[in-house]
Amino acid sequence: MSDLHTELKKSIIEQLNLEDMEASEIENDEHLFGDGLGLDSIDALELIVLLEKDYGIKLTDPNQGKEIFNSINTMADFIEKNRTR
Amino acid sequence: MSQDLFIQSSITIRNSKIWKNGDLIFGKENEIDLSKFLKTIYRHANLKYPKFFKMDSLSKLGYLGTEILTSGNISNKETALVFANSASSLDTDEAYAETMQDFPSPSLFVYTLPNIMLGEISIRHQLNSENVFFVSREFDPSLFIDYCKALFYQKKVDNVLCGWVDLHNNDYDVFLWQIALSGGTEFNEEELKKLYLPTHE
Repeated sequence: MSDLHTELKKSIIEQLNLEDMEASEIENDEHLFGDGLGLDSIDALELIVLLEKDYGIKLTDPNQGKEIFNSINTMADFIEKNRTR
Repeated sequence: MSQDLFIQSSITIRNSKIWKNGDLIFGKENEIDLSKFLKTIYRHANLKYPKFFKMDSLSKLGYLGTEILTSGNISNKETALVFANSASSLDTDEAYAETMQDFPSPSLFVYTLPNIMLGEISIRHQLNSENVFFVSREFDPSLFIDYCKALFYQKKVDNVLCGWVDLHNNDYDVFLWQIALSGGTEFNEEELKKLYLPTHE
C-alpha cells in the first residue's frame, strides 16, 4: 500500500467523521459509496473539498465524481495524475 | 382547553451529567469537553447509529437526549416534537462561517438550522408528525404549555416530545420531556420549573 493510499484513508476517516474506523479496515478496491463504505451525497461533496484542499485538484465536471470516488484505488490514481501540490 | 396533560418522563443533560426522571444516571466528576462528552455518552449508552458522527453538536445533544429518554423507542409515530433554545444553531453557523474563509464545509452547512435536529430525530424514529423549533431568550414554560395545549385541543396529537436544547460556546443545557393525556406529573408551569431548575445553575 502506497503512502498516498494510507494518507487518503486517514483523511477520509477524519474528514467524514468515521470515528470507529481504522485506515487498515478500508480495502483499496472497496466501493466508497452504496454497499461499500456507505458514504452519502454530502460525503461526496466533502471528498471534492478534500481533493481541492489537499491536492489542489478542482473538479469541473461533477459527472467525473462517480468514477473518481469509486474506491481508494481510483482516487489515488486520479490524484497521482492530476495533483498540483 | 380544559384537557389535563401529564409529563410522563424527563431528562436533563448538563455539566457532563445526565439525570433521568430526577435520578443521576451518568456523571463525570470533572466536567469534560463537549465533543468528548458526547462520544462518551454515545458509547456508554451502547448506541449504534453511524449517522451520529455526521451530526453537529446541537443535533447530537437532541439525539442522545431522545435516545436515553425513550430508551431508543418512540412507538407512537405521530408523536409531535416541540423544541426551543436561545442560540439557534449559532455554534455551527460560526464554525461554518470560519470554513468560508477557505473551503466551505458541506457537512457543516447541512446543520446550519436548529430544526435539522428535529429532522434527525424524526428520521431516526420514522416520525411523520408535526414538529416546530422556537428560538426564545430563555427557557419559557408557558411557550411549551400554550403550544402543546393547542396541539392537543385541536386533536392533532396524543403524544408530544418537548425539548429545550441549547448550545453556545460549548455551554449546553438540555431538558427533554414527554407529554401525554395520562400518567406522571401534571403538565403545568410550576411542575416544569421544578423539573428544569434543580440541576440548573
